Amino acid sequence: MNVFLALFFEFFKTGLFAVGGGLATLPFLYNIAEKYTWLDAANMSDMIAVSESTPGPIGVNMATYCGYNAGYTLGGVASGIVGGIVATLALVLPSVIVILIIARVLDKFKNSTLVDNAFKGLRPAVCGLIAAAALSVFLSACFNIDAFDKTSDIASVFDIKALILFVIIFVFNRKVKLHPIFVIIPSAIVGILLKM
Amino acid sequence: MKELFQLFLAFARIGGFTFGGGYAMLPMIQSEIVERKKWATEEEVMNYYAVGQSTPGVIAVNTATFIGYKNKGIPGAIFATLGVITPSIVIITVIAAFIRNFLEYEIVSHALAGINVAVAVLVINAVVSLWKKGVKNVFGFCMFLAAFAISVLTNWSPIIVVVVAVLAGTLYGTYSGRKAGKE
Repeated sequence: MNVFLALFFEFFKTGLFAVGGGLATLPFLYNIAEKYTWLDAANMSDMIAVSESTPGPIGVNMATYCGYNAGYTLGGVASGIVGGIVATLALVLPSVIVILIIARVLDKFKNSTLVDNAFKGLRPAVCGLIAAAALSVFLSACFNIDAFDKTSDIASVFDIKALILFVIIFVFNRKVKLHPIFVIIPSAIVGILLKM
Repeated sequence: MKELFQLFLAFARIGGFTFGGGYAMLPMIQSEIVERKKWATEEEVMNYYAVGQSTPGVIAVNTATFIGYKNKGIPGAIFATLGVITPSIVIITVIAAFIRNFLEYEIVSHALAGINVAVAVLVINAVVSLWKKGVKNVFGFCMFLAAFAISVLTNWSPIIVVVVAVLAGTLYGTYSGRKAGKE
């Protein structure tokens, strides 16, 4: 089968069945690597690391990366680029279709108390889910959780530079509400200057 | 046409400055979509997240499709979605083609360490503002706490949380509605 067709088909399937965000696509990607020669499972951990450390949703980044590698294996940079685009579009196509259907259905039931009640339960729960995510981002950004296992030194668990930066941004952002971009870019620069 | 282009650009900015999972996109959505363009309210964003969490696909993409559709119908959905994926396609392609040893540059890991701290602050602030809109009574507080605890303490799928929250919301709404009707 033509590799682009296979890419489209496989990533469409991934987009259709991976529920719960970017990391949910990983088992599907490993499955693709097992099935085809154009995707190498050995590169997967590198691709995940790059996808996590570049902007954009991880699932989308992974699709572009896998698609690029698949195309590149067969025909160099140009088909790599095409492969990346094909895989990414295929990944998002099912969500677009599914969400459009749901959005239309919700439109119809806009004034239904049943839907309204369901969302009354959902909104605080989603808030809780995101709070949990916030906690895990905070812990991984400002603490070295596994340092204690290695050194048994409590102080090594705290990432002092990160904690100070955290407090400064937090206090500053309370006083002056900045667009996230103007919080992210200076923090990146501080990270580079302080060798965080 | 102009508004479609604006949708594309707003979501391209969001895609280009989301570091981490779908939740890391929230602060960008709040400032671009809720505050600047007023394309959706905070409550609507929460609704979209809830649906995006429990339907197939990447949450960020699902949210983009939703907001695009709400404002400009199907073309809006397509432009918003293309916007959110374009930075990924460009950045990843450039890295894959030219900077194979991207992760070996020390400057990258230092920058990321700084960015992660910024994202932590931004996401915490996002939660605070969602809390103000989403948690309004004791029932809401219980839902918040339960979802938070399940997410931190177990590795259950968020879909379970969503399904239970829908059931609880429906039951609570029906019960409190009936009580209000009697009084």
